[in-house]
Amino acid sequence: MADAIKVFLKSFIRLPKGGAVFYAWVAFLLVLISFGLGSYIKQIDKGLIITAMRDQVSWGFYIANFTFLVGVAAAAVLLVIPAYIYQFKPIKEIVLFGEMVAITAVTMCILFIMVDLGQPLRILHILPKPIGMMNFPSSLLAWDVIVLNGYLVINILLVLYTLYRLSLGKEYKLSLVLPLILLSIPWAISIHTVTAFLYNGLSARPFWNASILAPRFLASAFCSGPALMLIILQLMRKFSKVEIDNKAIFKISELIAYTMGINLFLLGAEIFKEFYSGGIHKAPLEYLYFGLHGKNLLTPWMWTSLMANITAFIIFLIPKTRENFITLNIGAVLIFIGVYIEKGLGLIIPGFIPDSLGEIYEYWPTNTESIITIGIWAVGALLYTLMVKFAIPIYTGELVAENRAAAAAQRAK
Amino acid sequence: MSNKIRSNPLGIKLNRRTFLKGAAAGITASALPFQNAEAFIGEAFLQKHFKEMTDVEIKGVIERLEKEASLEWRKEIHISAAKAKPGVKFGYGLDLSRCIGCRKCVSACVRENNQSRTPQVHWISVLRFKKGEKWLDLENSEKYYNPKEVPEKDFFYMPVQCQQCEDPPCVKVCPTQATWKEPDGIVVIDYNWCIGCRYCMAACPYGARRFNWAKPNIPQNELNAETHYLGNRPRYKGVVEKCTFCIQRTRAGKYPACVEACPVGARKFGNLLDPKSEIRYLIENKRVFRLKEDLNTEPKFYYFFTGWQV
Ligand code: SF4
Ligand code: SF4
Repeated sequence: MADAIKVFLKSFIRLPKGGAVFYAWVAFLLVLISFGLGSYIKQIDKGLIITAMRDQVSWGFYIANFTFLVGVAAAAVLLVIPAYIYQFKPIKEIVLFGEMVAITAVTMCILFIMVDLGQPLRILHILPKPIGMMNFPSSLLAWDVIVLNGYLVINILLVLYTLYRLSLGKEYKLSLVLPLILLSIPWAISIHTVTAFLYNGLSARPFWNASILAPRFLASAFCSGPALMLIILQLMRKFSKVEIDNKAIFKISELIAYTMGINLFLLGAEIFKEFYSGGIHKAPLEYLYFGLHGKNLLTPWMWTSLMANITAFIIFLIPKTRENFITLNIGAVLIFIGVYIEKGLGLIIPGFIPDSLGEIYEYWPTNTESIITIGIWAVGALLYTLMVKFAIPIYTGELVAENRAAAAAQRAK
Repeated sequence: MSNKIRSNPLGIKLNRRTFLKGAAAGITASALPFQNAEAFIGEAFLQKHFKEMTDVEIKGVIERLEKEASLEWRKEIHISAAKAKPGVKFGYGLDLSRCIGCRKCVSACVRENNQSRTPQVHWISVLRFKKGEKWLDLENSEKYYNPKEVPEKDFFYMPVQCQQCEDPPCVKVCPTQATWKEPDGIVVIDYNWCIGCRYCMAACPYGARRFNWAKPNIPQNELNAETHYLGNRPRYKGVVEKCTFCIQRTRAGKYPACVEACPVGARKFGNLLDPKSEIRYLIENKRVFRLKEDLNTEPKFYYFFTGWQV
């Protein structure tokens, strides 16, 4: 235990030390964060009127980002399942970094909810009695608070335990963490399902009130999370001593081919049902892809997203292109963009268009809203950078070896 | 309908004291000791949910809120916490064949209920439909019509406000129970408990809920000082509000402001549990319907027709 603490401390002390690239990156993020913070202070002062949200479209870019990030937290589970259960060697090595993605994504989710609240100081009202008046089990938002925070705790525990074992220079004991791992898998599914149900359960919004929403939600989450991981893993390989096998990367890209296939199929099923039966509930989809009553702000974005997803699907489907790093990276970026638009603009906004009294209010985030959003992404990037920087020397065994050498030297004296 | 019913939907004795109190407001306001509103922040932060407070606690909170509001508005403000009367469930009727789309109800509501003028908050939306087209196709309705004169020849109108659902989806989804249905059927919001997540707005099928995107702005001399805790007391930035059937009036036995303001008598109101009430007569004898019946929200807001002409 004492050894582990020593190693942790050493790594912590080294946190602020780095090369020019590291400093430039952190400085860049800090600038973005301070802009975001400045805009948030303005929002606190003036109210949410500085956003483009109004009574007609009462959730916007913040909730869209929240929804997307709940999906990104999928990365962890996608990597956990094969790694722990099937002991798939190359992936097992990188699960740690997937779990850190989950921690980052959930933290950002919480931040996006916080900036969306009209009365953020009253957030404790969401806790159970006697502090708050949590509306459990009736409100899906109460469920979401529970599952998201639970997911955060599980992943923090898993990461801490792994690092602890690594700092002792040992492999982790599967038997010890297995219950937690087994729990984390359905739990990860549940954060997506509960978040999907949050929208799905509202009969006032026909666009969300379709049973296909939850499956579609999961499918697209299982595309974007791994796509992000693909990029992160390659970056890590480049900038640190962590070795990541090509096999691991190709395995992930193969997974993406399946999930994107399912995602596109579900989208097709939805489009068929709405347009073939032709009821009035097709209005939101029509608005998205063709425009409604001459209003079509989102149309070009939706087609971009669809094209990006289809291209990426083809790239990841063909073994030749998914095992070539140039096309693979193009595919990963395309998926990230495609799903970000689809999940963000394409899932939340049209729930409100047309609104429940038939009005079409076209929503597009204001600059202030975008700056706050970018600020939160920067917080996420910073958090992840620091977590990785903390974990890498422990992971590679660098510090452990140093620690041992120092101990040996002391004994020799 | 006879005048006797119209003047008093609950058939109870009206208390004149409240009117006198309003008149005396100006004098006492100037006598208030100067105190910084910031002093209340800690207490406001610790305030409990309305339904969790005892009557004594409610009294204390209301005293503080009255002081706060009076300081802010430079005017004495009364906040009542009158409870629901037993044997009462309020219901509303709207005669579509009479409504001429003048929106007098909208402005009466704005004044009575202290809705923000900028940004503009309206609890009632009057929708205009073209005659002879798809009936109740909301997507083709117009909310921002602006004619020289009403009624217009080719159009008819349908006002929409909170339908006071018996099975309200907004209440179901609220994560903090900041909104709930009172025993007399009115769906209310505790403006000191709402966290402003706007989940209820997404859940309401009738576009009835309004969010305070900015600090509400009301000319001081137009502020209605006779308020109810769950109704028209001045609201805060960042909380949700909506029609409460004028809870401050109806629990005192008066009609909602919109009912009194309507120049053609298209608006009816009464106690659904009283078999002799006007609203019960209408439901039992007219062709009534409720909006979006397929959603099973069971609105207590009935639309009906008395004749065929508009
Ligand atoms: S109309 Fe909307 S706000 Fe009013 S009770 Fe029904 S769901 Fe709630
Ligand atoms: S905005 Fe307020 S009333 Fe509406 S769901 Fe959120 S906490 Fe409840």
